[in-house]
Amino acid sequence: MKKQLFALLFALVPFMAIAAPGPDVPHSMTPDLQDKESLQRGMQLYVNYCMGCHSLEHQRFARAAADFDMPQDLVEENLIFSSSLAYNDLMQISMQREDGDNWFGAAAPDLSLHGRLRGTDWIYSYLLGFYRDPSRPTGVNNTVYELVAMPNVLEPLQGVQEMVCSETDQPVHGQSPDPLSGKYQSCDVLQVTQPGSMEPAEFEEAVYDLTNFLAYVGEPSKLQAQALAPKVLIFIFIFGVIAYLLKREYWRDIH
Amino acid sequence: MGNPNKAKAESGIMRWIDDRFPATQMMQEHLTQYYAPKNFNFFYIFGVLALLVLVNQILTGVWLTMSYNPSAEGAFRSVEYIMRDVEYGWLIRYMHSTGASAFFVVIYLHMFRALMYGSYKAPRELVWIFGMAIYLLLMAEAFMGYLLPWGQMSYWGAQVIISLFATIPGIGPDLAQWIRGDFLISGITLNRFFALHVVALPIVILALVVLHIIALHEVGSNNPDGIEIKEKKDEAGKPLDGIPFHPYYTVKDLVGIAVFLFVFAVVLFYFPEGGGYFLERPNFEPANPMVTPDHIAPVWYFTPFYAILRAITFDFLGLRAEFLGVLAMGGAIAILFVLPWLDRSAVKSMRYKGWLSRIALVIFSISFVILGILGAIPATPMRTLVAQICTLLYFAFFILMPVYTSIEKTKPVPERVTG
Repeated sequence: MKKQLFALLFALVPFMAIAAPGPDVPHSMTPDLQDKESLQRGMQLYVNYCMGCHSLEHQRFARAAADFDMPQDLVEENLIFSSSLAYNDLMQISMQREDGDNWFGAAAPDLSLHGRLRGTDWIYSYLLGFYRDPSRPTGVNNTVYELVAMPNVLEPLQGVQEMVCSETDQPVHGQSPDPLSGKYQSCDVLQVTQPGSMEPAEFEEAVYDLTNFLAYVGEPSKLQAQALAPKVLIFIFIFGVIAYLLKREYWRDIH
Repeated sequence: MGNPNKAKAESGIMRWIDDRFPATQMMQEHLTQYYAPKNFNFFYIFGVLALLVLVNQILTGVWLTMSYNPSAEGAFRSVEYIMRDVEYGWLIRYMHSTGASAFFVVIYLHMFRALMYGSYKAPRELVWIFGMAIYLLLMAEAFMGYLLPWGQMSYWGAQVIISLFATIPGIGPDLAQWIRGDFLISGITLNRFFALHVVALPIVILALVVLHIIALHEVGSNNPDGIEIKEKKDEAGKPLDGIPFHPYYTVKDLVGIAVFLFVFAVVLFYFPEGGGYFLERPNFEPANPMVTPDHIAPVWYFTPFYAILRAITFDFLGLRAEFLGVLAMGGAIAILFVLPWLDRSAVKSMRYKGWLSRIALVIFSISFVILGILGAIPATPMRTLVAQICTLLYFAFFILMPVYTSIEKTKPVPERVTG
């Protein structure tokens, strides 16, 4: 039995070992779908700052409300702004795709599955990666998505971020660190030069919440899977033990 | 009332049935008096696991069909609908998508077992050929199933594979268009793939599975020693080294099934994307004929053959590299069919074959895995060279087999099975 288990695990090794590498981005985050307050704050940020342009056409308000423990009246009062949308509706936007295409060159994408398409590290890094660039029509550029068409909609919260020459803890390619401080010199350092309504640490937390929310939206069933999995695994384990005892009993006389 | 020698129940409802249908007879032939060698090891679980996964695919597939919408406009949305709005839809869908990968894991191990213990050798040539036909159709089944979610990788993966037919000189482009039913992959292609995936191919696969098992039960199972247990029987005509499949192997298989289901459930609940190999990332974006993904990779179970396809980078004998690649890929699968006639060894099992056969199998297996890894990642000149070497080794295993199996010194095979 033990041998069989090991052999099966061994058979799976190749797939784990060559797991697809994640995107090469400066920050990483681990979603926590059990943190309902973070998910509530993330949804609040989403409907206030993102949902003007980005729909979540596979996500229902009601499903999120149930999963985040939010009462219906609170959701209807504070999170549903359009009179054409009801509690059980999908989180659609009023902007037509054709209009989006005409106005921005390409309509803002639906973000229902972006948590799975791009990955949460990418979204998190992207939202933290905006900096002032006067050469761009929106006045900003992004370290993760160069020449992005989206403006930095979170700038009122974050403040003005600029790319400056400074010391950094991050290793810089082809450079050895300063022997005294252990830091590197770089001209790709992002720094908030005019404060917004949030402190940098506070802003990072807000971006975490927003990313966490998008991670949830990508796969709401993950909550159900996490709840169901232990029960199923315990059942299979007990079944396995009984099957093993049965096998041992039957095979007693086989030599 | 049919053949009087047939096994029949004494009385009661079973007797009533037995007089009209050979129920007891079949039960004895295939379960309670089907004698299997008593020395099966770990590698003998994968046949029954393949059957289990097949049942899983059919049942979950039926339930998916109830909510899936096979149209270019509705397919992607309906999959997300299943994932979110259908009760336990996410579970059914992940059982199906994880099941597809699990199918190939168990089939590859099942085939490896056959290579190791010579289960393809006489008198089991037809068992092997039916099995290979199942494998071939399973690849077609999986390929067509992968188009159905209508994501970016579904679309472009299908685009790449169907384009392979276009490389055939002369009729190629017309053939590819005939397969697609359109000038490019469209809702028409999706609909015909749906029909083939849920109706035509499953019927043929099921029929072949029945043939595979009937052929197996006709000749009897091989075993790790490669000994024919039917040659040593007791006075009652029962093989001395055989035990009835039921109850001995039914209870033993239950243990293997439990272990398999445990691993399967862990993947299903915690890693349904399989690290981006069971469900590929670009497939979370709807198919878009105007935008090609940066890197198109087939699902992992096709990657060894995809690597062989890409390894052919040169024109030869007036044939273009692309077409030669397709020929090499097709040949890599076709050559498996004639395996029973390539092995000239006097013994079946690796336990008694010589070092040449053992080394050949190890090199072949390593080459296959390396090809699988190379097929999943973008090509570079260095990787292409490695893929070319592994392709050579892959074919060498088969082409040189008549030579190394006949010149090597084999060990004496024992009279009776060992442990």
